[in-house]
Amino acid sequence: MKKLLILGAGTAGTMVANKLDRLLHADSDDWQITLIDQHPIHYYQPGFLFIPFGIYDKDDVIKPKRDFIPAGVEFIEATIEQIEPEHNRVHLGNGQALAYDFLIIATGADIHPEQTPGLGEHAWGHSIHTFYSLEGSMALFETLRTWKGGRLVLNVVENPIKCPVAPLEFLMMADAFFCEKGMRDRVELVYATPLPGAFTKPVAAHMLNHLLAEKNIKVEPEFMTERVEPDAKKLVSYDEREIGYDLLVSVPLNMGAAVIGSSGLGDELNYVPVDQYTFVSGKYPNIFALGDAAAIPASKAGSVAHFAVDTFGENFVGYIHGQELKPLFDGHANCFIESGFGKGLLIDFNYTTEPLPGRYPLPGLGPFTLLEESKANHWGKMMFKWMYWNILLKARELPLPAQMSMAGKQLAGK
Amino acid sequence: MTTLQTQTTLTREIAGRTVQVNEEGYMTQANEWSREIAGAIAHDEGLLDLTPAHWKVIEFCRQTANGGKSPTLRQITGGTGITTKEMFALFPKGPAKKVARIAGLGKPEGCV
Repeated sequence: MKKLLILGAGTAGTMVANKLDRLLHADSDDWQITLIDQHPIHYYQPGFLFIPFGIYDKDDVIKPKRDFIPAGVEFIEATIEQIEPEHNRVHLGNGQALAYDFLIIATGADIHPEQTPGLGEHAWGHSIHTFYSLEGSMALFETLRTWKGGRLVLNVVENPIKCPVAPLEFLMMADAFFCEKGMRDRVELVYATPLPGAFTKPVAAHMLNHLLAEKNIKVEPEFMTERVEPDAKKLVSYDEREIGYDLLVSVPLNMGAAVIGSSGLGDELNYVPVDQYTFVSGKYPNIFALGDAAAIPASKAGSVAHFAVDTFGENFVGYIHGQELKPLFDGHANCFIESGFGKGLLIDFNYTTEPLPGRYPLPGLGPFTLLEESKANHWGKMMFKWMYWNILLKARELPLPAQMSMAGKQLAGK
Repeated sequence: MTTLQTQTTLTREIAGRTVQVNEEGYMTQANEWSREIAGAIAHDEGLLDLTPAHWKVIEFCRQTANGGKSPTLRQITGGTGITTKEMFALFPKGPAKKVARIAGLGKPEGCV
Protein backbone atom coordinates (compact mmCIF):
# COMPACT_ATOMS: atom_id res chain seq x y z
CA MET A 1 0.00 0.00 0.00
CA LYS A 2 1.31 3.47 -0.95
CA LYS A 3 1.33 6.23 1.63
CA LEU A 4 0.46 9.85 0.98
CA LEU A 5 0.94 12.35 3.80
CA ILE A 6 -0.64 15.80 3.74
CA LEU A 7 0.74 18.29 6.27
CA GLY A 8 -1.79 20.95 7.26
CA ALA A 9 -5.60 20.82 7.17
CA GLY A 10 -6.22 24.45 6.25
CA THR A 11 -7.74 25.55 2.95
CA ALA A 12 -5.27 23.89 0.57
CA GLY A 13 -4.68 20.76 2.69
CA THR A 14 -8.39 20.07 3.18
CA MET A 15 -9.18 20.63 -0.49
CA VAL A 16 -6.39 18.41 -1.74
CA ALA A 17 -7.32 15.66 0.76
CA ASN A 18 -10.87 15.67 -0.62
CA LYS A 19 -9.71 15.80 -4.22
CA LEU A 20 -7.20 12.98 -3.91
CA ASP A 21 -9.52 10.83 -1.79
CA ARG A 22 -11.95 10.95 -4.69
CA LEU A 23 -9.31 10.36 -7.38
CA LEU A 24 -7.15 7.74 -5.64
CA HIS A 25 -9.86 5.80 -3.83
CA ALA A 26 -12.28 5.66 -6.75
CA ASP A 27 -11.40 2.16 -7.82
CA SER A 28 -8.68 0.88 -5.53
CA ASP A 29 -7.56 0.60 -1.93
CA ASP A 30 -3.89 0.94 -2.85
CA TRP A 31 -3.48 4.35 -1.23
CA GLN A 32 -3.47 5.38 2.39
CA ILE A 33 -4.03 9.13 2.76
CA THR A 34 -3.17 10.75 6.11
CA LEU A 35 -3.82 14.39 6.98
CA ILE A 36 -2.02 16.00 9.92
CA ASP A 37 -2.81 19.25 11.71
CA GLN A 38 -2.30 20.47 15.24
CA HIS A 39 -5.58 22.45 15.48
CA PRO A 40 -9.13 21.03 15.53
CA ILE A 41 -10.74 24.27 14.24
CA HIS A 42 -10.96 25.37 10.61
CA TYR A 43 -11.05 29.14 10.11
CA TYR A 44 -12.75 30.87 7.21
CA GLN A 45 -9.94 33.41 7.02
CA PRO A 46 -11.57 35.78 4.47
CA GLY A 47 -14.24 36.38 7.12
CA PHE A 48 -11.76 37.90 9.61
CA LEU A 49 -12.00 41.17 7.64
CA PHE A 50 -15.70 41.54 8.46
CA ILE A 51 -15.45 40.94 12.21
CA PRO A 52 -13.98 44.34 13.27
CA PHE A 53 -16.98 46.06 11.66
CA GLY A 54 -19.56 43.78 13.30
CA ILE A 55 -20.68 42.25 9.97
CA TYR A 56 -19.56 38.73 10.93
CA ASP A 57 -18.99 37.25 14.34
CA LYS A 58 -16.96 34.28 15.52
CA ASP A 59 -19.60 31.72 14.53
CA ASP A 60 -19.39 32.77 10.88
CA VAL A 61 -15.74 31.86 10.57
CA ILE A 62 -15.15 28.65 12.56
CA LYS A 63 -16.15 25.02 12.06
CA PRO A 64 -14.58 21.73 13.17
CA LYS A 65 -11.90 20.55 10.73
CA ARG A 66 -13.25 17.00 10.93
CA ASP A 67 -16.53 18.09 9.25
CA PHE A 68 -14.59 18.59 6.01
CA ILE A 69 -12.35 15.54 6.05
CA PRO A 70 -13.64 12.59 4.04
CA ALA A 71 -14.08 9.16 5.65
CA GLY A 72 -11.33 7.71 3.46
CA VAL A 73 -8.69 10.03 4.90
CA GLU A 74 -7.09 9.42 8.30
CA PHE A 75 -6.84 12.60 10.37
CA ILE A 76 -4.18 12.91 13.06
CA GLU A 77 -4.35 15.91 15.38
CA ALA A 78 -0.72 16.53 16.32
CA THR A 79 2.10 19.01 15.88
CA ILE A 80 4.66 18.38 13.13
CA GLU A 81 8.11 18.29 14.70
CA GLN A 82 10.44 17.38 11.85
CA ILE A 83 10.34 16.43 8.20
CA GLU A 84 13.16 14.17 7.01
CA PRO A 85 13.04 14.41 3.23
CA GLU A 86 16.10 12.19 2.82
CA HIS A 87 14.35 9.39 4.72
CA ASN A 88 10.77 10.03 3.55
CA ARG A 89 9.63 10.38 7.12
CA VAL A 90 7.77 12.90 9.30
CA HIS A 91 8.03 13.06 13.09
CA LEU A 92 5.00 14.22 15.06
CA GLY A 93 4.72 15.82 18.49
CA ASN A 94 2.81 12.78 19.78
CA GLY A 95 5.90 10.61 19.24
CA GLN A 96 4.72 9.00 16.00
CA ALA A 97 7.08 8.75 13.01
CA LEU A 98 5.21 8.42 9.73
CA ALA A 99 6.81 7.11 6.55
CA TYR A 100 5.54 8.36 3.19
CA ASP A 101 5.84 7.68 -0.50
CA PHE A 102 4.58 11.15 -1.37
CA LEU A 103 4.37 14.26 0.80
CA ILE A 104 2.18 17.33 0.27
CA ILE A 105 3.09 20.34 2.39
CA ALA A 106 0.16 22.68 3.04
CA THR A 107 1.22 24.25 6.31
CA GLY A 108 0.22 27.76 5.26
CA ALA A 109 1.49 31.13 6.43
CA ASP A 110 0.97 33.01 9.67
CA ILE A 111 1.66 36.45 11.13
CA HIS A 112 4.79 37.22 13.17
CA PRO A 113 4.41 40.51 15.06
CA GLU A 114 7.43 39.60 17.19
CA GLN A 115 9.66 40.12 14.13
CA THR A 116 9.15 43.91 14.24
CA PRO A 117 10.47 45.76 17.31
CA GLY A 118 7.68 47.36 19.32
CA LEU A 119 4.84 45.78 17.34
CA GLY A 120 3.76 42.71 19.29
CA GLU A 121 4.56 44.07 22.74
CA HIS A 122 2.56 45.78 25.51
CA ALA A 123 0.34 47.84 23.18
CA TRP A 124 -0.67 44.77 21.13
CA GLY A 125 -4.44 44.39 21.44
CA HIS A 126 -4.80 47.94 22.84
CA SER A 127 -3.58 50.71 20.52
CA ILE A 128 -2.09 48.19 18.05
CA HIS A 129 -4.31 45.60 16.38
CA THR A 130 -4.46 43.17 13.51
CA PHE A 131 -7.32 41.54 11.65
CA TYR A 132 -5.13 38.65 10.45
CA SER A 133 -6.29 36.35 13.26
CA LEU A 134 -9.65 35.61 14.85
CA GLU A 135 -8.52 36.91 18.25
CA GLY A 136 -7.10 40.03 16.60
CA SER A 137 -10.29 40.74 14.68
CA MET A 138 -12.42 40.30 17.79
CA ALA A 139 -10.20 42.61 19.85
CA LEU A 140 -10.32 45.22 17.08
CA PHE A 141 -14.13 44.97 17.02
CA GLU A 142 -14.17 45.84 20.72
CA THR A 143 -11.80 48.78 20.20
CA LEU A 144 -13.69 50.19 17.19
CA ARG A 145 -17.03 50.04 19.05
CA THR A 146 -15.98 52.77 21.43
CA TRP A 147 -13.16 54.50 19.52
CA LYS A 148 -13.51 58.28 19.57
CA GLY A 149 -11.62 58.89 16.33
CA GLY A 150 -8.19 60.14 15.39
CA ARG A 151 -5.59 58.82 12.95
CA LEU A 152 -5.99 55.18 12.00
CA VAL A 153 -2.90 53.87 10.23
CA LEU A 154 -2.81 50.51 8.48
CA ASN A 155 0.70 49.27 7.79
CA VAL A 156 1.94 46.25 5.87
CA VAL A 157 5.32 45.30 7.32
CA GLU A 158 6.59 43.30 4.35
CA ASN A 159 5.33 41.35 1.35
CA PRO A 160 4.25 38.72 0.53
CA ILE A 161 1.18 38.66 2.73
CA LYS A 162 -1.91 36.49 2.73
CA CYS A 163 -4.73 38.06 0.73
CA PRO A 164 -2.77 41.06 -0.61
CA VAL A 165 -5.97 43.08 -1.21
CA ALA A 166 -7.24 42.75 2.38
CA PRO A 167 -5.48 45.93 3.61
CA LEU A 168 -7.25 47.99 0.94
CA GLU A 169 -10.54 46.31 1.74
CA PHE A 170 -10.10 47.08 5.43
CA LEU A 171 -9.49 50.77 4.75
CA MET A 172 -12.41 51.14 2.34
CA MET A 173 -14.70 49.33 4.78
CA ALA A 174 -13.41 51.50 7.61
CA ASP A 175 -14.31 54.60 5.56
CA ALA A 176 -17.89 53.31 5.18
CA PHE A 177 -18.05 52.18 8.84
CA PHE A 178 -17.05 55.59 10.20
CA CYS A 179 -19.34 57.40 7.73
CA GLU A 180 -22.27 55.31 8.89
CA LYS A 181 -21.37 56.05 12.51
CA GLY A 182 -21.41 59.76 11.67
CA MET A 183 -17.78 60.26 12.71
CA ARG A 184 -15.83 60.10 9.44
CA ASP A 185 -14.83 63.78 9.87
CA ARG A 186 -13.01 62.80 13.06
CA VAL A 187 -11.05 59.93 11.46
CA GLU A 188 -7.97 60.11 9.27
CA LEU A 189 -7.21 56.93 7.30
CA VAL A 190 -3.61 56.24 6.24
CA TYR A 191 -2.20 53.26 4.32
CA ALA A 192 1.54 52.70 4.82
CA THR A 193 2.77 50.16 2.28
CA PRO A 194 6.27 48.99 1.32
CA LEU A 195 5.13 48.95 -2.33
CA PRO A 196 5.46 51.99 -4.63
CA GLY A 197 1.70 52.59 -4.35
CA ALA A 198 -1.67 51.15 -3.34
CA PHE A 199 -2.08 49.84 -6.90
CA THR A 200 1.07 48.86 -8.77
CA LYS A 201 -0.30 47.24 -11.92
CA PRO A 202 -0.78 49.85 -14.65
CA VAL A 203 -4.42 49.12 -15.60
CA ALA A 204 -5.59 48.67 -12.01
CA ALA A 205 -3.76 51.84 -10.95
CA HIS A 206 -5.38 53.78 -13.79
CA MET A 207 -8.87 52.54 -12.92
CA LEU A 208 -8.75 52.43 -9.13
CA ASN A 209 -6.50 55.19 -7.79
CA HIS A 210 -9.49 57.56 -7.80
CA LEU A 211 -11.32 55.28 -5.34
CA LEU A 212 -8.87 55.95 -2.54
CA ALA A 213 -8.81 59.68 -3.29
CA GLU A 214 -12.64 59.82 -3.24
CA LYS A 215 -12.69 57.95 0.05
CA ASN A 216 -9.99 60.25 1.45
CA ILE A 217 -7.60 57.41 2.21
CA LYS A 218 -4.03 58.68 2.24
CA VAL A 219 -1.25 56.46 0.94
CA GLU A 220 2.31 56.50 2.29
CA PRO A 221 4.20 54.48 -0.35
CA GLU A 222 7.55 52.70 0.00
CA PHE A 223 7.22 52.73 3.76
CA MET A 224 9.38 49.89 5.09
CA THR A 225 8.56 49.66 8.78
CA GLU A 226 11.71 49.30 10.84
CA ARG A 227 10.09 49.61 14.25
CA VAL A 228 7.04 50.73 16.13
CA GLU A 229 7.34 53.01 19.15
CA PRO A 230 4.25 51.95 21.07
CA ASP A 231 4.50 54.60 23.80
CA ALA A 232 5.11 57.50 21.40
CA LYS A 233 2.51 55.88 19.09
CA LYS A 234 4.52 56.13 15.92
CA LEU A 235 5.84 53.98 13.10
CA VAL A 236 9.43 54.54 12.00
CA SER A 237 10.69 53.42 8.59
CA TYR A 238 14.21 52.33 7.61
CA ASP A 239 14.69 55.70 5.91
CA GLU A 240 13.74 57.54 9.14
CA ARG A 241 10.26 58.61 8.12
CA GLU A 242 7.76 58.69 10.98
CA ILE A 243 4.00 58.22 10.99
CA GLY A 244 2.13 58.98 14.19
CA TYR A 245 -1.08 57.06 14.92
CA ASP A 246 -3.88 56.91 17.44
CA LEU A 247 -4.85 53.41 16.32
CA LEU A 248 -2.50 51.13 14.40
CA VAL A 249 -3.93 48.22 12.42
CA SER A 250 -0.96 46.18 11.34
CA VAL A 251 -0.35 43.35 8.93
CA PRO A 252 2.77 41.85 10.53
CA LEU A 253 5.44 39.91 8.67
CA ASN A 254 3.95 36.69 7.25
CA MET A 255 6.03 33.52 7.39
CA GLY A 256 5.61 29.85 6.62
CA ALA A 257 5.68 27.22 9.37
CA ALA A 258 8.87 27.05 11.46
CA VAL A 259 9.12 23.28 10.86
CA ILE A 260 9.68 23.97 7.15
CA GLY A 261 12.77 26.00 8.00
CA SER A 262 14.09 23.63 10.65
CA SER A 263 13.68 20.71 8.24
CA GLY A 264 15.80 22.47 5.61
CA LEU A 265 12.91 22.76 3.15
CA GLY A 266 12.27 26.50 3.25
CA ASP A 267 13.43 29.79 1.77
CA GLU A 268 14.24 32.90 3.87
CA LEU A 269 10.58 33.11 4.97
CA ASN A 270 10.06 29.36 5.50
CA TYR A 271 8.10 28.90 2.28
CA VAL A 272 8.83 25.80 0.20
CA PRO A 273 10.41 26.49 -3.21
CA VAL A 274 8.46 24.48 -5.80
CA ASP A 275 7.84 24.60 -9.53
CA GLN A 276 5.27 27.34 -10.11
CA TYR A 277 3.33 25.31 -12.70
CA THR A 278 3.29 21.85 -11.03
CA PHE A 279 4.11 22.41 -7.32
CA VAL A 280 6.82 19.74 -7.25
CA SER A 281 9.92 20.44 -5.18
CA GLY A 282 13.02 21.01 -7.26
CA LYS A 283 15.03 18.91 -4.84
CA TYR A 284 12.70 16.02 -3.94
CA PRO A 285 10.48 14.61 -6.69
CA ASN A 286 8.08 13.08 -4.13
CA ILE A 287 7.45 16.36 -2.25
CA PHE A 288 4.91 19.00 -3.25
CA ALA A 289 3.75 22.25 -1.63
CA LEU A 290 0.30 23.77 -2.13
CA GLY A 291 -1.45 26.90 -0.90
CA ASP A 292 0.28 29.63 1.10
CA ALA A 293 3.16 27.29 2.05
CA ALA A 294 4.47 27.29 -1.53
CA ALA A 295 7.12 29.82 -2.58
CA ILE A 296 5.66 30.67 -5.98
CA PRO A 297 5.00 34.10 -7.51
CA ALA A 298 1.20 33.72 -7.12
CA SER A 299 -0.97 35.46 -4.53
CA LYS A 300 -1.38 33.78 -1.16
CA ALA A 301 -5.16 33.43 -1.43
CA GLY A 302 -7.87 30.79 -1.15
CA SER A 303 -8.84 31.12 -4.81
CA VAL A 304 -5.26 30.40 -5.83
CA ALA A 305 -5.27 27.30 -3.59
CA HIS A 306 -8.55 26.18 -5.19
CA PHE A 307 -7.31 26.56 -8.78
CA ALA A 308 -3.98 25.03 -7.79
CA VAL A 309 -5.62 21.93 -6.29
CA ASP A 310 -7.87 21.66 -9.34
CA THR A 311 -4.88 21.42 -11.67
CA PHE A 312 -2.76 19.40 -9.24
CA GLY A 313 -5.20 16.51 -8.70
CA GLU A 314 -5.29 15.13 -12.24
CA ASN A 315 -1.59 15.88 -12.67
CA PHE A 316 -0.68 13.90 -9.56
CA VAL A 317 -2.67 10.85 -10.66
CA GLY A 318 -0.76 10.79 -13.95
CA TYR A 319 2.54 11.33 -12.13
CA ILE A 320 2.14 8.30 -9.83
CA HIS A 321 1.49 6.23 -12.96
CA GLY A 322 4.79 7.31 -14.44
CA GLN A 323 3.74 10.29 -16.55
CA GLU A 324 5.52 13.63 -16.58
CA LEU A 325 3.90 16.50 -14.69
CA LYS A 326 2.20 18.94 -17.03
CA PRO A 327 2.66 22.71 -16.50
CA LEU A 328 -1.05 23.18 -15.78
CA PHE A 329 -1.18 25.91 -13.15
CA ASP A 330 -1.09 29.42 -14.61
CA GLY A 331 -1.07 31.44 -11.37
CA HIS A 332 -4.82 32.08 -11.64
CA ALA A 333 -6.32 34.19 -8.84
CA ASN A 334 -9.84 35.54 -8.54
CA CYS A 335 -10.55 37.91 -5.66
CA PHE A 336 -13.50 39.98 -4.60
CA ILE A 337 -12.44 43.29 -3.07
CA GLU A 338 -15.04 44.71 -0.68
CA SER A 339 -15.11 48.49 -1.14
CA GLY A 340 -17.76 49.59 1.40
CA PHE A 341 -21.31 50.92 1.12
CA GLY A 342 -22.58 47.57 -0.21
CA LYS A 343 -20.24 47.50 -3.18
CA GLY A 344 -17.21 45.55 -4.25
CA LEU A 345 -14.64 45.02 -6.98
CA LEU A 346 -13.44 41.83 -8.60
CA ILE A 347 -10.02 41.02 -10.01
CA ASP A 348 -9.11 37.99 -12.15
CA PHE A 349 -5.50 37.51 -13.22
CA ASN A 350 -2.62 35.05 -13.56
CA TYR A 351 1.18 34.91 -13.84
CA THR A 352 1.26 36.77 -17.15
CA THR A 353 -1.98 38.76 -17.33
CA GLU A 354 -2.54 41.66 -14.96
CA PRO A 355 -6.07 42.45 -13.66
CA LEU A 356 -8.11 43.85 -16.58
CA PRO A 357 -11.58 45.38 -16.84
CA GLY A 358 -14.55 43.43 -18.21
CA ARG A 359 -17.18 40.98 -17.02
CA TYR A 360 -16.92 37.64 -15.17
CA PRO A 361 -17.61 34.78 -15.55
CA LEU A 362 -19.88 35.33 -18.57
CA PRO A 363 -18.37 37.66 -21.22
CA GLY A 364 -20.48 40.82 -21.55
CA LEU A 365 -23.00 39.64 -18.93
CA GLY A 366 -21.12 39.06 -15.70
CA PRO A 367 -22.92 39.28 -13.34
CA PHE A 368 -19.63 40.38 -11.80
CA THR A 369 -17.72 43.46 -12.97
CA LEU A 370 -13.94 43.31 -13.24
CA LEU A 371 -11.94 46.26 -11.85
CA GLU A 372 -15.15 48.22 -11.37
CA GLU A 373 -17.32 48.74 -8.30
CA SER A 374 -20.73 47.06 -8.31
CA LYS A 375 -23.36 45.73 -5.93
CA ALA A 376 -23.15 42.32 -7.67
CA ASN A 377 -19.52 42.00 -6.60
CA HIS A 378 -20.48 42.72 -2.99
CA TRP A 379 -23.11 39.96 -3.10
CA GLY A 380 -20.55 37.66 -4.70
CA LYS A 381 -18.24 38.28 -1.78
CA MET A 382 -21.02 37.67 0.77
CA MET A 383 -22.12 34.44 -1.00
CA PHE A 384 -18.55 33.28 -1.07
CA LYS A 385 -18.70 32.16 2.59
CA TRP A 386 -21.40 29.60 1.74
CA MET A 387 -19.43 28.50 -1.32
CA TYR A 388 -16.30 28.07 0.77
CA TRP A 389 -17.86 25.87 3.44
CA ASN A 390 -20.12 23.87 1.14
CA ILE A 391 -18.30 23.52 -2.18
CA LEU A 392 -14.69 24.67 -2.17
CA LEU A 393 -13.36 22.93 0.95
CA LYS A 394 -14.86 19.62 -0.15
CA ALA A 395 -13.26 20.14 -3.57
CA ARG A 396 -16.60 19.76 -5.32
CA GLU A 397 -16.68 20.69 -9.00
CA LEU A 398 -17.36 24.31 -9.89
CA PRO A 399 -18.43 25.30 -13.40
CA LEU A 400 -15.42 27.61 -13.63
CA PRO A 401 -12.20 26.63 -15.39
CA ALA A 402 -9.04 26.45 -13.29
CA GLN A 403 -7.04 28.34 -15.90
CA MET A 404 -7.68 32.05 -16.34
CA SER A 405 -9.77 32.94 -19.39
CA MET A 406 -9.39 36.06 -21.53
CA ALA A 407 -13.08 35.84 -22.52
CA GLY A 408 -14.92 38.86 -21.14
CA LYS A 409 -11.78 40.90 -20.56
CA GLN A 410 -11.11 44.19 -22.36
CA LEU A 411 -7.76 44.41 -24.04
CA ALA A 412 -5.76 47.34 -25.29
CA GLY A 413 -7.35 49.03 -28.26
CA LYS A 414 -10.33 46.64 -28.42
CA MET B 1 -16.06 51.80 -21.77
CA THR B 2 -12.45 52.14 -20.71
CA THR B 3 -9.83 50.95 -23.12
CA LEU B 4 -6.23 50.99 -22.29
CA GLN B 5 -2.95 50.37 -23.94
CA THR B 6 -1.41 47.56 -21.88
CA GLN B 7 1.54 46.60 -24.07
CA THR B 8 3.63 49.56 -25.12
CA THR B 9 7.10 49.23 -26.56
CA LEU B 10 9.15 52.23 -25.59
CA THR B 11 12.86 52.58 -26.07
CA ARG B 12 15.49 54.76 -24.52
CA GLU B 13 19.14 55.33 -25.15
CA ILE B 14 21.28 54.57 -22.12
CA ALA B 15 25.09 54.60 -22.18
CA GLY B 16 25.08 54.64 -25.97
CA ARG B 17 22.75 51.65 -26.38
CA THR B 18 19.05 51.55 -27.23
CA VAL B 19 17.09 49.46 -24.74
CA GLN B 20 13.40 48.68 -24.22
CA VAL B 21 11.77 50.31 -21.20
CA ASN B 22 8.26 50.63 -19.76
CA GLU B 23 6.37 53.87 -19.08
CA GLU B 24 8.20 54.33 -15.80
CA GLY B 25 11.63 53.88 -17.37
CA TYR B 26 12.33 50.36 -16.07
CA MET B 27 14.13 48.13 -18.56
CA THR B 28 11.88 45.34 -19.80
CA GLN B 29 14.50 43.09 -21.45
CA ALA B 30 16.88 41.86 -18.77
CA ASN B 31 19.35 40.62 -21.43
CA GLU B 32 19.89 44.16 -22.79
CA TRP B 33 21.52 45.17 -19.51
CA SER B 34 25.23 45.85 -19.07
CA ARG B 35 27.43 47.25 -16.31
CA GLU B 36 27.81 50.49 -18.27
CA ILE B 37 24.01 50.84 -18.44
CA ALA B 38 23.81 50.19 -14.69
CA GLY B 39 26.33 52.95 -14.08
CA ALA B 40 24.38 55.38 -16.25
CA ILE B 41 21.04 54.61 -14.58
CA ALA B 42 22.66 54.89 -11.14
CA HIS B 43 24.01 58.28 -12.16
CA ASP B 44 20.49 59.41 -13.13
CA GLU B 45 19.31 58.18 -9.73
CA GLY B 46 21.88 60.36 -7.98
CA LEU B 47 24.35 57.57 -7.22
CA LEU B 48 27.50 59.00 -8.73
CA ASP B 49 29.90 56.36 -7.53
CA LEU B 50 29.01 52.66 -7.39
CA THR B 51 31.13 51.03 -4.68
CA PRO B 52 31.93 47.29 -4.36
CA ALA B 53 28.99 47.07 -1.90
CA HIS B 54 26.63 48.48 -4.52
CA TRP B 55 27.93 46.01 -7.08
CA LYS B 56 27.54 43.12 -4.68
CA VAL B 57 23.84 43.93 -4.39
CA ILE B 58 23.36 44.58 -8.11
CA GLU B 59 25.09 41.36 -9.08
CA PHE B 60 23.11 39.37 -6.53
CA CYS B 61 19.88 40.75 -8.02
CA ARG B 62 20.99 39.88 -11.54
CA GLN B 63 21.88 36.33 -10.51
CA THR B 64 18.69 35.62 -8.59
CA ALA B 65 16.19 37.47 -10.80
CA ASN B 66 13.19 35.27 -11.43
CA GLY B 67 11.64 35.87 -14.82
CA GLY B 68 13.05 39.42 -14.94
CA LYS B 69 11.68 40.21 -11.45
CA SER B 70 14.06 41.61 -8.88
CA PRO B 71 14.38 39.71 -5.58
CA THR B 72 12.73 41.15 -2.47
CA LEU B 73 14.66 43.28 0.01
CA ARG B 74 14.67 40.33 2.44
CA GLN B 75 16.13 38.05 -0.23
CA ILE B 76 18.81 40.62 -0.96
CA THR B 77 19.78 41.10 2.68
CA GLY B 78 19.70 37.33 3.32
CA GLY B 79 21.73 36.60 0.21
CA THR B 80 24.38 39.31 0.50
CA GLY B 81 24.72 39.75 4.27
CA ILE B 82 24.06 43.48 3.83
CA THR B 83 21.52 44.70 6.41
CA THR B 84 18.30 46.50 5.55
CA LYS B 85 19.63 49.64 7.22
CA GLU B 86 22.79 49.50 5.07
CA MET B 87 20.65 48.95 1.99
CA PHE B 88 18.87 52.24 2.71
CA ALA B 89 22.28 53.95 3.05
CA LEU B 90 23.56 52.45 -0.22
CA PHE B 91 20.37 53.05 -2.21
CA PRO B 92 18.52 55.88 -0.41
CA LYS B 93 14.74 56.32 -0.71
CA GLY B 94 13.39 52.93 -1.67
CA PRO B 95 16.30 50.52 -2.16
CA ALA B 96 14.21 47.66 -3.59
CA LYS B 97 12.86 49.89 -6.35
CA LYS B 98 16.17 51.64 -6.97
CA VAL B 99 18.18 48.43 -7.20
CA ALA B 100 15.60 46.94 -9.55
CA ARG B 101 15.94 49.91 -11.87
CA ILE B 102 19.75 49.89 -11.84
CA ALA B 103 19.89 46.11 -12.30
CA GLY B 104 17.59 46.32 -15.32
CA LEU B 105 14.81 44.36 -13.63
CA GLY B 106 11.09 44.89 -12.91
CA LYS B 107 10.13 46.96 -9.88
CA PRO B 108 8.47 45.30 -6.85
CA GLU B 109 4.75 44.88 -7.52
CA GLY B 110 1.61 43.82 -5.75
CA CYS B 111 -1.12 41.70 -7.33
CA VAL B 112 -3.31 44.65 -8.26
